[in-house]
Amino acid sequence: MATATVPTRRGGILRRPTATTGFWSWFTTIDHKKIGILYGVTAFTFFIVGGLEALIIRAQLARPDQTLVNAAQYNQIFTMHGLTMIFLFVMPMSAAFFNYLIPLMIGARDVAFPRLNAFSYWVFLMGGLFLYSSWFLGGAPNGGWFGYAPNSTTDPTPGMTFYALGLLITGIASSAGAINLAVTIVNMRAPGMTLFRMPVFVWMGLVVQFLLAFSLPIITVALFEMLFDRRWDTAFFDPTRGGDPILWQHLFWLFGHPEVYILILPAFGIFSEVLPVFSRKPLFGYQFVVFSGIAIGFIGFGVWVHHMYAAGLGPVANTAFGISTAIIAIPTGVKIFNWMATMQGGDLHFDTPMLYSVGGVAMFVIGGLSGVTHSVVPSDYQQTDTYYVVAHFHYVLFGGAVFGLFAGMYYWWPKVFGFRLGEGLGKLQFWLMIIGFNLTFGPMHILGLEGMIRREYTYPAALGLAFWNEVASAGAFLIAISVLVFIINAVRARVRHRPLETDDPWDARTLEWTTSCPPPAYNFETIPVVHTLDEFWHRKYAEDKEGRLVRVPAGASDDAPAPAVGHAIHMPSPSFWPLVAALGLPTLAYGAMYSWWIVGLGALIVVVAFTGWALEPGTAE
Amino acid sequence: MTPGRRKAGGTLTRTRARAGDAASAAEVPSDVRKRLWWVLGLLALTVLLSACSGYKPQNTFDPAGQPAQEQKNLLVPVLWIAAGVFVIVEGGILLISIRYRHRKGRERIPKQIHGNTRLEIGWTIAPALILAVIMVPTVSMIWQLAAVPANAMHVTVQGYQWWWGFQYTDEDMRTAFGDHGPITVADVLVVPAGREVELSLASEGGGAHTTDGIPDHMVIHSFWAPRLFGKQDVVPGRTNHITFSTDQPGVYWGQCAEFCGLQHGRMRFRIAVLDAQRWDAWVKNEKLPGVTPTDTLAKEGMNLFLNGVSSGGQCIACHAVGGTAASATAAPNLTHFAARTHECFAGCDFETFLPDGSPNYAALTAWLQDPNAVKLGAKMPDYDLTPPEIDALMAYLYSLT
Repeated sequence: MATATVPTRRGGILRRPTATTGFWSWFTTIDHKKIGILYGVTAFTFFIVGGLEALIIRAQLARPDQTLVNAAQYNQIFTMHGLTMIFLFVMPMSAAFFNYLIPLMIGARDVAFPRLNAFSYWVFLMGGLFLYSSWFLGGAPNGGWFGYAPNSTTDPTPGMTFYALGLLITGIASSAGAINLAVTIVNMRAPGMTLFRMPVFVWMGLVVQFLLAFSLPIITVALFEMLFDRRWDTAFFDPTRGGDPILWQHLFWLFGHPEVYILILPAFGIFSEVLPVFSRKPLFGYQFVVFSGIAIGFIGFGVWVHHMYAAGLGPVANTAFGISTAIIAIPTGVKIFNWMATMQGGDLHFDTPMLYSVGGVAMFVIGGLSGVTHSVVPSDYQQTDTYYVVAHFHYVLFGGAVFGLFAGMYYWWPKVFGFRLGEGLGKLQFWLMIIGFNLTFGPMHILGLEGMIRREYTYPAALGLAFWNEVASAGAFLIAISVLVFIINAVRARVRHRPLETDDPWDARTLEWTTSCPPPAYNFETIPVVHTLDEFWHRKYAEDKEGRLVRVPAGASDDAPAPAVGHAIHMPSPSFWPLVAALGLPTLAYGAMYSWWIVGLGALIVVVAFTGWALEPGTAE
Repeated sequence: MTPGRRKAGGTLTRTRARAGDAASAAEVPSDVRKRLWWVLGLLALTVLLSACSGYKPQNTFDPAGQPAQEQKNLLVPVLWIAAGVFVIVEGGILLISIRYRHRKGRERIPKQIHGNTRLEIGWTIAPALILAVIMVPTVSMIWQLAAVPANAMHVTVQGYQWWWGFQYTDEDMRTAFGDHGPITVADVLVVPAGREVELSLASEGGGAHTTDGIPDHMVIHSFWAPRLFGKQDVVPGRTNHITFSTDQPGVYWGQCAEFCGLQHGRMRFRIAVLDAQRWDAWVKNEKLPGVTPTDTLAKEGMNLFLNGVSSGGQCIACHAVGGTAASATAAPNLTHFAARTHECFAGCDFETFLPDGSPNYAALTAWLQDPNAVKLGAKMPDYDLTPPEIDALMAYLYSLT
């Protein structure tokens, strides 16, 4: 922990940087809040890029037989759209929220391993940049995010080598982050913060870190095999030399399906925080929401074959996984009913975070229902690999996850930056988003049922698919306008910079709102002592003699903040080694593609960086 | 959202509004109701628009054979159940949102309810029961579809980048020339009406190149004709099966459904279902070798086809025409290129005939001139054919009825 005493050394090459403000401090920071902001800004930038790719896709498909992009370009664009949105936007944006909020929500001063945290961020950034460098180095990945072998292993362009190496790099970032956050949640909770007093967002964070820790090794194996097949002519997936293409599918989806829950559970956590605050009621069925999240995590490892019904595994496998796919709908339904019951009887304040949460739940329900149809295996032979599936997972991952992330951004924006986003523009943005979203992805259900396959760069007019494609494309541009409004809102709010009237602008329930907005580097003057779930709410409200809830006058609580002692709190010093170590990984990856000399250079960077990391003094003094 | 409302209900004023005295307001205000009608109207319009649409050759909701019909029959009740759940849940969310929304000036702290175990058990069990009901017919049909009928006709479906080949492997479907191999066609699968057909799916690579005798580009495809059957993947090293049948003669569209590289989007096929009389005639014709033309231009084309073009390119490096020296299997078999059932060529990208039944010279010219210009990445090489060579080759191909 931060206050541990470590032998210190003065000066020398290993001297630690000291600046905690200014431009360069962002490169050496190990403060979980600054790293959270870095994650958020980077992820949002990738969101814009992935969105532009989506717009090209929709422009190309707006009409039959279009030639805006050719087949080669289209295949790269749709692959990069998927990779970007999953690995470079939703995952790191969730990481941004986890990083920023988990220590604050559990009453800690930072994560368990602050330098490892910085390392995770820089590695993620390097992985993203490495993937995108492929556009200038012979072609971006073009085999789909699912990268089915042998198409992916035999494609002559270097794209899928970038895919394998790029995902390996971002996988290292996620693995390190997962261990860090899991240890933080398990070990660094404030006194009295038992597991069942943790906010649901923290619980979902914990489940996600375990999902990451157990699913990433699987994709790592698969990616190494792909890399070896492509680069050194092994035959893991080549049936003519004893390999098996189905092996890739098992490995990929055994990772890929838990990955879906890695993407959606953070949003479930956000819904579970926002709905109670804006309903002014506690979360209905806290334990059930938590346990259903854990159940989803477990069952999520047992449904992967529903991506492979048509692969020919036989009726036994298809029966088993059809049933497991139906079963996973049950805990998901439990969550939705609990959210509805939370709102029932509440005093619902439809500020933008609430709009996004209610809208997100409503949209996710649609994705959940179309998901249930995937358990109906024989009819799924018709729907799989069509736009019906594209519609389904966008309702889950956009309607659910992205709406959740927007809810979280509006909700915690004042916490992070000390000022709110505009409500008027926020509401406008929400309505543009939800209308555009439904126009884009609603018609895709119909398109899929009418026989439009996924991943085709064009379609003939004779298929009769033009009308709904036109609608979907128009909707996509509405979404783009909505995102533009969000950016305008953020810039406008920053320029105006109206300070908050209070550090608790939403009358919130959880610990992160007990400290200032934005919080000091050390988060809390004194580590809070927790007595109950929704600790902060219970400090503000108590029952009077008739059992009615009344507001406790400020200062009357036993837990009134102690006098400021911030200057005495010792926080770990910044370090530039995480960044240096992260630079070694893309160097290694380029080396694997081009030259053993570059591999040597990368290895040298990594060894030097980790040596410096290990030997640098504990503090700057 | 009118500006006036926004200001009044805006967040910045909320904290202060909360402190204000309580006022009672119960009924749904008219502007909310008006908005609801708008939403309902738009929904109705959407349904209407989707109902009045024209013929869609790949519409899974317009099945014309088995198992597509059964697959639709299984899905429709599930969709109705989903629609019911949709109405209940979304309606619930909407009603709760309207009923319990905060009203300006009415400050209250709602009752702090933490949960209800009975409700939790209820909404765990109810969906489980619904799902159990759905799974019963589902599981039974999984096994039903896996069963293989006793006296089906057998066809091997071959996936290439990016076109489909079909071999009729039954004894009575051997050709009457050469070594009496199976009838082999490309792009259009021809089957008789009223007969069960069992397809065996094989991935065959594509292109002229091989590595140690193994064709390159063996990748996963998926065979799908939506109005007749759901898809099954075509996996290198494995053989999957599809059984289907239909009583309705006609032409059905299909395409590769698993991403298989550059031209995945244009790897199409058709299934021509013939009545008994036309089927017999078709089989009889397909058993014959390719026609040897009598027309001078077509004869010249045959010479170019078999002996090479001026640039040195060899058509027979990849293509076969039954009864001639051309017997390669890397590209579509052209023995009956101009048969009426062979409606389309090159992955069913181009129509073989114009609507009036005359040869589609324009499309074939473009294809022969520069395959990559009309289909990027196509494995057919550009042999720098001269216009007279193209004319001669087209005359030959269209003589192959």
